[in-house]
Amino acid sequence: MPTFLDNSWFRNIYCNLVENDSARCASGGWFGDGILPNNLAWLAYTVAAFVICFAILNALLGSVIVYIWAWRRVFARFQRRSGPNRWGPFGMLTTVADAIKTMFKEDVVPAEADRLIFNIAPVLMVVPVFMVFAVIPFGAGTFFVDLNVGILFIIAVTSGSVLAVVMAAYGSANRVAIFSGMRSVALLMSYEIPMAISVIGAVMVAGSLSLGRIVEAQDVPFIIVMPLGFLVFAICALAESNQTPFDIAEAESELGSGYLNDYSSMKFGMFYLAEFAAGIAAAAIITTVFLSGWRGWWPIPSQFWFFGKMGAVLFGMMWIRFTWPRLRPDQVMGLAWKGLFELTLINLLSTGIMVAVFADEEAPGDLFSANELWIMAAVNWVVFVVSIWAIGKVLAPKPYRAAMLEAPVQLYPVGVDEMPAVKAAGAAD
Amino acid sequence: MTLQTEPISINFGPQHPSTHGVFRMRVTFDGELIVDVEPVFGYLHRGSEKLAEERTYTQVVTLTDRMDYVASMTNNQAYILSVEKLAGIVPEPRGVWLRMIAAELQRIASHLVATGFLIQDLGALGTPLMYAMREREKILDLFEMMCGARITNSYLRPGGVFADAPDYFWQALRQFMDDIPGQVDEMEELLGSSEIILQRTKSVAVLKPGDMVNAGITGPMLRAGGVDWDLRHRNSYDYYDRVQFDRPLHHASDNFARYWVRIQEMRESIKIVEQCIKAIEPGPVRPKSVPFLVRPPKGDSYVGIECPKGELGFYLVSDGGVSPYRCHVRAPSLMNLTLLKEMLVGTYMADMFVSFGSTDINMGEVDR
Amino acid sequence: MAVAIRAFAPGAVASHYRDSVWVEPTEWLALATALRDRREFTFDLLNSISAVDYIGYFEVVYHLTSLRQNRSAVVKVKCGEGRKDPIVPSVVSVWRTADLQEREAYDLMGIRFEGHPNLKRIMLWEGFPGHPLRKDFVTYDQSVVPLEAQQAVAERKAQDGA
Repeated sequence: MPTFLDNSWFRNIYCNLVENDSARCASGGWFGDGILPNNLAWLAYTVAAFVICFAILNALLGSVIVYIWAWRRVFARFQRRSGPNRWGPFGMLTTVADAIKTMFKEDVVPAEADRLIFNIAPVLMVVPVFMVFAVIPFGAGTFFVDLNVGILFIIAVTSGSVLAVVMAAYGSANRVAIFSGMRSVALLMSYEIPMAISVIGAVMVAGSLSLGRIVEAQDVPFIIVMPLGFLVFAICALAESNQTPFDIAEAESELGSGYLNDYSSMKFGMFYLAEFAAGIAAAAIITTVFLSGWRGWWPIPSQFWFFGKMGAVLFGMMWIRFTWPRLRPDQVMGLAWKGLFELTLINLLSTGIMVAVFADEEAPGDLFSANELWIMAAVNWVVFVVSIWAIGKVLAPKPYRAAMLEAPVQLYPVGVDEMPAVKAAGAAD
Repeated sequence: MTLQTEPISINFGPQHPSTHGVFRMRVTFDGELIVDVEPVFGYLHRGSEKLAEERTYTQVVTLTDRMDYVASMTNNQAYILSVEKLAGIVPEPRGVWLRMIAAELQRIASHLVATGFLIQDLGALGTPLMYAMREREKILDLFEMMCGARITNSYLRPGGVFADAPDYFWQALRQFMDDIPGQVDEMEELLGSSEIILQRTKSVAVLKPGDMVNAGITGPMLRAGGVDWDLRHRNSYDYYDRVQFDRPLHHASDNFARYWVRIQEMRESIKIVEQCIKAIEPGPVRPKSVPFLVRPPKGDSYVGIECPKGELGFYLVSDGGVSPYRCHVRAPSLMNLTLLKEMLVGTYMADMFVSFGSTDINMGEVDR
Repeated sequence: MAVAIRAFAPGAVASHYRDSVWVEPTEWLALATALRDRREFTFDLLNSISAVDYIGYFEVVYHLTSLRQNRSAVVKVKCGEGRKDPIVPSVVSVWRTADLQEREAYDLMGIRFEGHPNLKRIMLWEGFPGHPLRKDFVTYDQSVVPLEAQQAVAERKAQDGA
């Protein structure tokens, strides 16, 4: 089992700085021991932490800027437009220009607003999203921190964004924003539960909450081993990052951006940033937990595998976002409680039984072999098909035509003369 | 313990992304449920009826363009028909066929916009709308070839149209007629195969046929309720009695039915245009006897036509002068809003703009 | 049509010409109900309500259609003789269509519809002076611009004098 800091970037920086810390740096840093004496270990710790934070923030900001550009270009392709193409090669600097423009805009605070809450909300929105990236392994040995409770950390931290949304909604003293905030709370609360349970399947098979360990366990990617878990998690990730068809909180066509209504300038920019960063975070988590993370085939470096897979997930999310309409709030809640919750419990049950069957009593720390995973996958796919079919049967609304036939609508009497052919109704169903 | 709740009222509009213009609704919610709706009009009122009293009969054509700016051709048609009835002008056949082609193309364009905006109102980020708009662009290009303008056409004149369509128009029209059925199929597939769209639109905002007739709702909305009332068929103006077309009816009278009817009507319009192309013959497009300054005799006339949104009627009163003494417009968009409250109350907030949009409202016509 | 109406409501028809029927305002509401409900009329659709200002009097024109019989009729109601206080009974209770159209006629022509549940201005704002579709309404062009021109002339004169 990896220790708290084993081989992370944090540990490497720390060990290069500190002189003699055999407890934490068993084999020293890359450049041998550092220069700081042992009693200044706290300084090394602090410096390492700052460097890591700096790296995370900037890497993430950079990737968000690239992502927004890619998002807009792909969006334009979907709509048969050309998209941003003026500023820089292929319009790549458009986002930079947008960011600069956003910073220089006037910052308006509504007169009725609760200023403190109104101002804190954007910050609280951004922070949890960024914290997620601290525990994600981007490649073999390329991670900031490998927490032994990594997945728990992610679930705990991301649920903090509910608070930010409610604060933004309440702080702007705007009725539309309040609606949006209430919707958002209901949505995020509902989807936390199936999301957390669907991850437990992966955790059981890997035998650990650590993301590094989960990646190591995926001799067969968990998307194959537990398709049900992946499906539920992907849907929940879409909901958590406020994507269509679950964007009932922003709901441009109803609430006109909802809780973002009264934000302007960089405060709006931070929400915008958080939204896109949340998309990246969701894709990163899906990649790590279900798509075997950085694992791939030689000679392509593991980092490329990770970002390639992440890009594929992001593209899938974009595709859904660009083309699908939104669900109604009650339908969104119904899907979470009536559909996803049951599906994820079924997944937990079938995976749990198989983990119990295949578990090796003598070596409790061992990972499952590829063969065992393939058997699990076979069983889980059968469960997947059957349960999806069953849930579809249960949840499907009454067919339109049947409902029509039960209560035929009386035609309004029109014309006494004989009329030519009238096209039959309901032929489209 | 019971929580004490109270209804909350919100103003939607006049500047709201989904109000299809500058419309304002004062909506009272109980949670997500709508309990009261009060529409407020007039943000686009330009006094077209008053302006018409100071312009000649031909100049008023340009005013009608600005009423329903998504369907200018049919507006022209309704007005021109009323003037012709008032002045007793017999139009030239080629002019009539041309304006029928124009009107049916306009109907396709208007229904495309309505269908595209349905999916937009449902929350899609504009991609389906763009596909609808792409087809509409082709129609606008055709209009540009016909009369040089894309949206505010002012193409029709008393007695026909003001200019014949050029040769390249017919080639472009042929090309378009070959393309459009596939695009309509695509649109229908998009509407009818997405589970989310079906779940969102079916059995929402149901109106009774009897109520709709009593409230003066006409057009696709009425036909979606199973009332077989189409003025092209019942009260054939122009040469609609010489072409064959069906009148698609749906019985559900909900949001889905309204859009289903619109898509089927696009198909019927394509049929009509095909027949018009076959029937049209060379000749003058407007009679030489009609002067540019039309002076109808004293009297009044009302002609209602089936415009894409419903019955569009022009009531003209003449005092024998060069300009109408009174010009009143029976605007289908305004009439179709009569039952707005009945439609919306009891539905969810998310369905509010979908139901509202399903009336295919155009604020230029509501406020005039 | 006029004959058919006279058959059951002798006092209602004031006169008739071609397909138009002029109806007494006092009888109009009862007649409207009859036109909608009686088997020989069944005018279930009220197409349009137009108000016309004929200088000496106002006229409200109702275009009716029977979906059942596929025919239409025109009913006209004269009111406000001598441009004073045009009052017509509201037919909202008969046809819901009348709701918005009567509000429009009230707003733009100033015809009071008695019994309308919500007779407020619809296109213009509350407090707008006058009713713009009346023939005696002085438009902005006619009123303000000459005044400004007068002021300009007066100012120029004052400057010249100084």
